[in-house]
Amino acid sequence: MAEKAKSDERFKKFGTVSFTSLTKTNDFVDFLEKGQIAGTRCKDCGRIFFPPRADCFQCLDSHMEWYEVTGNGKLVSFSKLEYGPAGFQADVPYCIALLDYGPFKVFGRIGKEVPEADIAVGMPMKTIANRLPNGQLNYVFVKA
Amino acid sequence: MSRVAIIGVGQSEFVRAYPGSVRELAFEGFKDAMRDARLTAKDIQASIICSAPEYDKQRSPAGVFAEYLGLNPQPTFYVESLCSSSSMGLRLAYSLVKSGLHEVVAVIGFQKMSEISSAESQERMGRGADIQWESPFGTMMPAYYAMYARAHMAAYGTTLEDLALIRVKASTYGPLNDKAVYRKPVTLENLSNPEDRMAGPVASPLRVGDCCANADGSSCVIVASEAKAKTFCQKPVWILGLGAATTSVNLAGRDLFTGLTVAREASRQAYQMAGVGPRDIDVAEVHDCFTIAEMMAYEDLGFAKPGEGRDLIRSRATYKDGSIPVNVDGGLLSKGHPIGATGGSQIRTIVLQLRAEAGAIQVKDPEIGLVHNIGGVGLYGNVSIFGR
Repeated sequence: MAEKAKSDERFKKFGTVSFTSLTKTNDFVDFLEKGQIAGTRCKDCGRIFFPPRADCFQCLDSHMEWYEVTGNGKLVSFSKLEYGPAGFQADVPYCIALLDYGPFKVFGRIGKEVPEADIAVGMPMKTIANRLPNGQLNYVFVKA
Repeated sequence: MSRVAIIGVGQSEFVRAYPGSVRELAFEGFKDAMRDARLTAKDIQASIICSAPEYDKQRSPAGVFAEYLGLNPQPTFYVESLCSSSSMGLRLAYSLVKSGLHEVVAVIGFQKMSEISSAESQERMGRGADIQWESPFGTMMPAYYAMYARAHMAAYGTTLEDLALIRVKASTYGPLNDKAVYRKPVTLENLSNPEDRMAGPVASPLRVGDCCANADGSSCVIVASEAKAKTFCQKPVWILGLGAATTSVNLAGRDLFTGLTVAREASRQAYQMAGVGPRDIDVAEVHDCFTIAEMMAYEDLGFAKPGEGRDLIRSRATYKDGSIPVNVDGGLLSKGHPIGATGGSQIRTIVLQLRAEAGAIQVKDPEIGLVHNIGGVGLYGNVSIFGR
């Protein structure tokens, strides 16, 4: 009997609770481990994607390359959660937010160390990789 | 071209915890609509069952309900677009009737949210967003809408008091609705006093009073061909326009955060199909899962220009005697929001208004009514226009 192929479950490490175990964008987690945030770009049409995806609906093909999210984005909006959904109660309070980089946007959390009073719509922020207390990986927004 | 009518509407009482099973809950709304239409089960040629999955153990509820409601052997199937499921069901029923495949179709919405805890429910609802790239950050519905509220405030100077005024309006009518889960009055002071439960933080800037409550409930809308409507019904209400739209599930894929593109697109379609505009609407039901959602609906539907929704609520134009009455049944904020049942309940209110059977909340002589029903965080949008 052939040995069952070992499944690639890297994506289980993404976020406080990951709801996805297997994706063709698993390399995203390796970039996070190296402290990088990465999106994908279609090698055929040049369209860029964040969050990354494996397939280009425009070209109906899957010739992707990774690019690194660098520089500053503009804070579009945010909300501080006082209650968390099941699995996230230990994290509260925390802020979810959206950064606009122009050609793409990034949805994520604001870093715990950023005082709420300092957060304002329109402010420049940057995205950094982050290790959570439970050993999981995500990324957070901090002051530019 | 023959028209398509609504000949019966019904709903259960919306409650915190329904003391029965999902099939028994579905029976409540079905019974109400069938009595309204004076039909028996043999008159129903197909049924469409609408809800959001994963709140109860029953898989494929359509077949179970069809048997329980006496609808065998007619076909039945399940439709899901989160909180707009029963408006999507109406869209499908319209097409089944318009095509001539069936003459009378029942659209049955239901949700029994009380089978799981509030935290579990928030987790389920959070997974109505992008589970791969957003949910791992701990998202939930109030926080997404809170981001829209924050953006609306930053762009237009909308205030927390403006949002509170929407809750105050809802609670003006909630006590008059014997199907509503929340029937107590709410004042501006309730939302501004930090000691008050209504002012408690949920997801900034939204407070407890800005959010609708989970509920258990069912609804039913009976759709018929013009010929059947004239046979069965003294006061048919005609489906004049239907719009439906989608957008990126992840907020990162969107460009508008002061309104919902799906509502703008769906209303454009519905107005065009009905041959009417926002000024022709005499009474509307909008998806006020949160106060900010009603504020954006005023603007997305064209009742106000972008950024000017607050003028409508400040001037009480959306009260029963105003120029464009909105959610005079108390809205989701008062009725509660049993996801799959909500669209059918909104349609019921508009049908009763157009039949002049709305009792204490009757708007004066309405001819055209509108329902705005949103699924997820503006992921799905349905706008439906009705006339008598």
